Amino acid sequence: MTDYEPVIGLEIHVQLSTRTKMFCGCELSFGDPPNTHTCPVCLGLPGTLPVLNARAIDFGILLGLALECEIAPRSLFHRKNYFYPDLPKGYQISQYDVPLCRGGRLGEVRIHRVHLEEDAAKLVHLGESGRIHGSAHSIVDFNRGGTPLVEIVSEPDVRSPEQAREWLQLLRTTVRQLGISDVNMEEGSLRCDANVSIRPVGRSELGVKTELKNMNSFRFIERGITAEIARQTALLDAGEPVVQETLHFDPQSGSLTPLRSKEEAHDYRYFPEPDLVPLVVTEEMLAEARAQLPELPAARAERYARELGLADDRARLLAFRSELGSYFEAALAHDGEDPQTLANWVVGELVSRIGDADPAQSRVAPEALAGLVGLLRAGRVTQGGARQVLDRLVADGGDPAAIVDAEDLGAVGGGDELGAIVDRALEAQPEEVEQLRQGNMRAIGPIVGFVMRETKGRADGKEVTRIVRERLGLS
Amino acid sequence: MTPLDLSAAAAAERVRAGDLDAGELWELYRGRAAADDLGAFVWVAEERPGNPTDGPLGGVPVAVKDLFCTAGVPSQAGSKILEGYRPPYTATAVERLTGAGAPLLAKTNQDEFAMGSSNENSAFGPVRNPWDRERVPGGSSGGSAAAVAAGLAPWAIGTDTGGSIRQPASLCGIVGLKPTYGAISRYGMIAFASSLDQAGPLTRDVADAALLLSAMVGKDPCDSTSLGLPEPVTEPTATDLRGVRLGVPEEVFETEGVESGVLAAFEATVELARQLGATVERCHLPHAPHALSAYYLIAPAEASSNLARYDGVRYGLRVNGDADLLTMYLRTRGAGFGPEVKRRIMLGTYALSSGYYDAYYGTAQKVRTLISDDFRAAWERFDFVVTPTSPTVAFPLGAKTADPLAMYLNDYFTVPMSLAGIPAISIPNGLSERLPTGFQLAGPAFSENRLLDAAHALERAIGFDGSAARA
Amino acid sequence: MLALMIDRARVDHVARLARLELTDEESERMVRELSSILEHIERITNLDLADVPPTSHVVDLTNVLRPDEPRPCLPREAALAQAPDATEDGFRVPSPSA
Ligand SMILES: [Zn+2]
Repeated sequence: MTDYEPVIGLEIHVQLSTRTKMFCGCELSFGDPPNTHTCPVCLGLPGTLPVLNARAIDFGILLGLALECEIAPRSLFHRKNYFYPDLPKGYQISQYDVPLCRGGRLGEVRIHRVHLEEDAAKLVHLGESGRIHGSAHSIVDFNRGGTPLVEIVSEPDVRSPEQAREWLQLLRTTVRQLGISDVNMEEGSLRCDANVSIRPVGRSELGVKTELKNMNSFRFIERGITAEIARQTALLDAGEPVVQETLHFDPQSGSLTPLRSKEEAHDYRYFPEPDLVPLVVTEEMLAEARAQLPELPAARAERYARELGLADDRARLLAFRSELGSYFEAALAHDGEDPQTLANWVVGELVSRIGDADPAQSRVAPEALAGLVGLLRAGRVTQGGARQVLDRLVADGGDPAAIVDAEDLGAVGGGDELGAIVDRALEAQPEEVEQLRQGNMRAIGPIVGFVMRETKGRADGKEVTRIVRERLGLS
Repeated sequence: MTPLDLSAAAAAERVRAGDLDAGELWELYRGRAAADDLGAFVWVAEERPGNPTDGPLGGVPVAVKDLFCTAGVPSQAGSKILEGYRPPYTATAVERLTGAGAPLLAKTNQDEFAMGSSNENSAFGPVRNPWDRERVPGGSSGGSAAAVAAGLAPWAIGTDTGGSIRQPASLCGIVGLKPTYGAISRYGMIAFASSLDQAGPLTRDVADAALLLSAMVGKDPCDSTSLGLPEPVTEPTATDLRGVRLGVPEEVFETEGVESGVLAAFEATVELARQLGATVERCHLPHAPHALSAYYLIAPAEASSNLARYDGVRYGLRVNGDADLLTMYLRTRGAGFGPEVKRRIMLGTYALSSGYYDAYYGTAQKVRTLISDDFRAAWERFDFVVTPTSPTVAFPLGAKTADPLAMYLNDYFTVPMSLAGIPAISIPNGLSERLPTGFQLAGPAFSENRLLDAAHALERAIGFDGSAARA
Repeated sequence: MLALMIDRARVDHVARLARLELTDEESERMVRELSSILEHIERITNLDLADVPPTSHVVDLTNVLRPDEPRPCLPREAALAQAPDATEDGFRVPSPSA
């Protein structure tokens, strides 16, 4: 058996969150009744002309800079001609040989190009009831038609399905942080196709690639690519060639089916769009975009590791989910003593309670979490107590110190109070004491458990162990 | 003198002065338009619209080529594929005219999607030339030209892609102006070839052309390629051509197919220009002979894409909507487009198709550069370049329909200016074989005022009388 | 030259690309007409154009942009009014996948 290496390139479409469409003043919408966001321009009525949305250009430049692309000083729009009911003009206005951005990099994956174009309308296929004279019909809804899109094409630098998923998540965070898109896969504002080929490990020439479509979640992308690599591997192992084709991933069955090949090969007859004039990106436009550029995930992760000493995985988690990073930094402003612990409480304890929700929208104020971590460090609350306090904060909000007092969750102090409880525990469990004396340290569990029961978890386990050892004279 | 004998500008002047009733003028022309037997109109207004009449256009009604979208009024661009289509909006150029006080009188017949030089390619049937009803009026703005020549409309607007205003103006004995590309908004003009299409006036005389133009020009936020003109259009008043340098391209005399009567009328007017004080010299536009080839690649290529939207989904004709999608597309477009439109869609699709783009479309775009360069060089020595507008006078109906290439050669003198995007005007230049000929002046981009002035001086000297066509 | 490559198969292919149904007779005529037109046109392919830039726009304009401000949309009835086949809320077409 040959070992194969996957070679994966990704093509991502991102809907820009401008207010209006790419070439007309219709407001963007999601979920509104069909055909209520149209005008003569986006319906492709005879005589209408496109006019570029300035903000879409700004967003394109911003993305290009974020992906470290070279911004073309002068770029053109072309017409991509083909017939389809979701394409009202019979052509899509897109960019062809002179795109807005070329080259670039995000993380370890190089960017081939980034260009601007318009989205197609939506086709809603009617069910059986829509069958007329035996043929199925569809309804065209032009609300989405003309939404500004950027298409990002990566170089084939991705080597595994997991890497594809992780990289897309990084891309999503980057785009979201730029504030240029909702990047929501479920709503279709982020769409991904993958070009997949495999080659024997060690070879440099590329194998025949296939194109995977319709992978509308990060999980499906990973699964789809995994399935395709398996399919291609099986083919090559069986001595059969991989055929260049477009495949549709069915998340239900996990199967890949070839899209029916069109009657004729695509011949898009690109030519420069005569209704639009060239786009010239000026120094001022670039300077303005640079000034707007926020700190991006990759840079943020690096800063967390470098300046705050966070572990790499923690740093990336906070940076790649920018809302977590922002929350973390807000909390850090209130308690900068121990960033590592604070980070653990954000990505560990808090996220396990609120899931994918934005912590800024939760009832736990950043200063409350910072306060809680402070109480923990001061020994005023135990790890277990702090978890209970956080439960209360998530449920009702409030001030952690006040909750500790009101709920009597404060750590049972060291010294006399805890010592007395430990003494009772030793008294109550002579067998365990005997085992401890014989050197079986596992017997300490029941003793600590007794103390925890007595204190309702407010005792510090380490402190209990220390006192037990002291009382029994163990070294 | 009846109102029919008045030029549009003169009529507007009288309406503004209170010497002529705008309602009366409307009724006169509405009556004449309704009685049209030339096939010049495809729609005539029933009632006088409530437009203001106090604007610069003085309530003088205007006829508009079918391809200008007019809200609620049929706008089919002479095509069956837009059968029954009534747009929900009005073209910017028409908005400007009605806003300036010219009520919409009628929509005029045209070659389908402005493709043609004889107006025989209309779904509504041909238009007849008022000078000889067995002859064509030229095209594609044939309805507008015939209507103005026959006095069925005081003035009209059309569009010019490769000569579609100037050539019918020439064949009908009226004035036709193609402005600088970008002077008038294309928004609402049903597109033929986007990088060439330009609206303009068809009028009885040069002063009318200037007045109508003045109301239409302007930058439009709905048209990215619109610029307007750098200065307002002024009333042309020149009576001589002193200091004006005219260039006569050598190519005019080297071209086969220019009728001797046309050439004689042209040379007579060149001589007249000299007498008016112009200096006249031969010039050379070395790439002009290739203009037609470049044009017949670029225009069909753009058209093939512009006409892709007629697919039977959102408006217009649909054939076999109960079949599968491909069949519906094929049948709808096969049945909706006429032979000339099909020919150009085929030509354009072929010119853009994979493997042929560089040889055809790419080459044509380079030739376009050379043609612009030729004119730029000419402007260093000349104010204007002059040619006959059309190599021939109006030809009999049906004479060229079987030979597309012969038809295309009608555009020989008008196409270079279209490719260069520069303004050009055709003025009546006397008769040849009892039919009108045209004299074309072309100038640098944005030279409309100077161009109109020179045309005005020549027009006065020529003293053409077009009243016979209105009888 | 290239015009010689216009044959029936090419005409049929181009007609399909352009979604034009042509009758047999139309297709045959198209072969003849396109050939003769292209033969005339092709003289330009002999020109030396190596250093000539193409012109796609005659207007000397760049960056014509529109502010990202909403404009009123058409009422749905108006959007659908001209459709040859519409339901209450959309344009009906034969399913592309059918
Ligand atoms: Zn719109």
